[in-house]
Amino acid sequence: MTRFTRTPITYQDPEKRIHNFDEVCLGYTKEEAIKEAKRCIQCKNPTCVPLCPVNIDIPGFIKAIAEEDFKKAAETLAEYSALPAVCGRVCPQEDQCEKTCILGKKGEPIAIGKLERFAADWALEQGLSLGKTKEPNGHKVAVIGSGPAGVTCAGELAKAGYEVKIFEALHEPGGVLVYGIPEFRLPADDIVQVEIENLKKLGVEIETNVIVGRTITVDEIFDEGYEAIFIGSGAGLPIFMNIPGENLNGVFSANEFLTRNNLMKAFRSDMDTPIKVGNKVAVVGGGNVAMDAARTAKRLGAEVHVVYRRTEEELPAREEEVENAMEEGIIFDFLTNPVEILGDDKGWVRGIKCVKMELGEPDASGRRRPIPIEGSEFEFEVDSVIMALGTSPNPLIPRTTEGLNTDERNRIKLVSEKGQTSREGIFAGGDNVTGSATVILAMGAGKEAAKSIDEYIKSKATNI
Amino acid sequence: MYKIVDKKLLAPNIYSMDILAPRVAKAALPGQFIIIIVDENGERVPLTICDSNPEKGTVNIVTQAMGSSTKKLVAKEVGDHIKDFVGPLGKPSEFIHEDIEDLKKKKILFAGGGVGVAPIYPQAKWLVERGVEVDIVTGSKNKDLVILEERFAELTENLFIATDDGSYGFHGMVTNAIDELVENQGKKYDLCVIIGPMIMMKFTSMTTKKHGIPSIVSMNPIMVDGTGMCGACRVTVGGETKFACVDGPEFDAHQIDFDEALRRQAQYKEEEIKKDHEYCELTGGMMA
Repeated sequence: MTRFTRTPITYQDPEKRIHNFDEVCLGYTKEEAIKEAKRCIQCKNPTCVPLCPVNIDIPGFIKAIAEEDFKKAAETLAEYSALPAVCGRVCPQEDQCEKTCILGKKGEPIAIGKLERFAADWALEQGLSLGKTKEPNGHKVAVIGSGPAGVTCAGELAKAGYEVKIFEALHEPGGVLVYGIPEFRLPADDIVQVEIENLKKLGVEIETNVIVGRTITVDEIFDEGYEAIFIGSGAGLPIFMNIPGENLNGVFSANEFLTRNNLMKAFRSDMDTPIKVGNKVAVVGGGNVAMDAARTAKRLGAEVHVVYRRTEEELPAREEEVENAMEEGIIFDFLTNPVEILGDDKGWVRGIKCVKMELGEPDASGRRRPIPIEGSEFEFEVDSVIMALGTSPNPLIPRTTEGLNTDERNRIKLVSEKGQTSREGIFAGGDNVTGSATVILAMGAGKEAAKSIDEYIKSKATNI
Repeated sequence: MYKIVDKKLLAPNIYSMDILAPRVAKAALPGQFIIIIVDENGERVPLTICDSNPEKGTVNIVTQAMGSSTKKLVAKEVGDHIKDFVGPLGKPSEFIHEDIEDLKKKKILFAGGGVGVAPIYPQAKWLVERGVEVDIVTGSKNKDLVILEERFAELTENLFIATDDGSYGFHGMVTNAIDELVENQGKKYDLCVIIGPMIMMKFTSMTTKKHGIPSIVSMNPIMVDGTGMCGACRVTVGGETKFACVDGPEFDAHQIDFDEALRRQAQYKEEEIKKDHEYCELTGGMMA
């Protein structure tokens, strides 16, 4: 029964793709997309929409694809999302829109993410710039950070008629979309930069190489005539384990490893940034970042082990990424936790000492807590270790902004659900408020904050 | 893009450049650094700020052409552009937060080695402009490589130039020069600021420790982003891991694990040699 079976999508062959950085999932063809879109039963009260953090009219854009009106599908998406080509690729749809799809009860849910990607890619190929802007209203808003939160907030405000400028610390805009998520999952030049170019077409200005807190302060931004500021600076500070041997040569944070490879394109021989990956690598952690680091190391020619303290069931990474990683020959060492990194006499990594774990009672997060098994320590040889244990917000902006309150983990505290911080005129959202989360949640927060900024400025001004 | 508005050859292979970067020029404080990307294929390279002119909007850097990136940089001429120029990065020097009257009572020594003598200039200048007297020791391999002598001489009469081979000034290294000042000339110092190659900072720190002089070093580990997001620049200070780009680059010299820092700095040595070789082929023998 085709109604309950998802239209298959093509992936690059694992044997081939471990030797390149080209995109792994090739996306639907027109025919495949139409076929998959026709499976949607167009529920009167769709259960998919509320689970999308930006509440895209999912049946609406899918209906347009089924009717072969791809432009309408792309326009519908653009009404709700600034980055549909990105979200279609990297959202954990299995835990969001696709989770409650009615078809999922008897068979496979609609491939909402893949259809979103199809429509967005189609629009990018056609060079369509979507989204209508209102007349300029003469009011200026600054956005700090050009990741998913900042880009979404900026796009929404530009559409509402604001003059928006984004300040970005790195030399390329995009945040984690360019330095973190690898090319084989999200092509930076073809997808991310094109979506950002579309944002510029809405009138958003982006100034790179500006580190707020060093190059300028939040208060100096106000002095430049901006009436409100949105902080979307993310959570980019890597967490280390604080175990012996972590500063040996050959130990990297996943952020460093991925930044070298993605942002600096170290995998290309014509680029100046070097990258070092040994013959045998241990990636510590089980999230999307760990999968990205492991699959990158594999493509650079290493044997790769993912060392994770819980079991396959608890892996926080997306199902599709774990499957792809396993197909690519990544070895998973479950219920294993490093206790020490071992060095040779020259200070380079020679191995890793781990302890075996067992699962105990569920902890506060609802997941069963891993407990070390006494006396189970063992060593195995590796020549590189990549730490992918998560990240926390960078404290630079709160430290240099008087009256901007944070919690004990440097997360910016909001005083309302709508992104208002402890200081008037300053709004925040995304990972710097929640700690490291997902692209789409950051986008949702950016969208909410844009609404609040609009209300805030309207409440103060009389000429809108 | 950031325009090069001035370029001077200070010594063989050592260049001073003024780069137009108004935001950085306005915000820069002593002790801070910048990161550059020379061109489209470039890597991010940290360089210490040597001077800044907020009115003109320029930042001065001094570079020795060593690897492929610094060679590409010094091959640029006035009017050319550098792709990216970001900063100021890192914490400013501690002393800028101190009371000026207290600083005036202190005897401060600056010790610079090689091209590292350039970044002691903005710090010494900042103090001298506020009426604080400083002594300066510079160390170079030979007479040809002595740089910025006139600018330092403007700041202090107590400028002590050392060359390894004795071809100019004091015959010996910075460490020998400090021994001479303290042991034979009876100088006493409350603080020593040491900037130079990692190995020079290690041995100079050992010398100041021997003389009981509290010391600061400006660490120059490998960096990528320079904003605290990767940890490539981590150093062990007093047994704790610190990120030099955000917690430093200046730290208590006597708390640094220099052997670890030296080892970490050499992590990409093979790749750097290989890249340098490729670059030489491309430009037709810049090495010569």
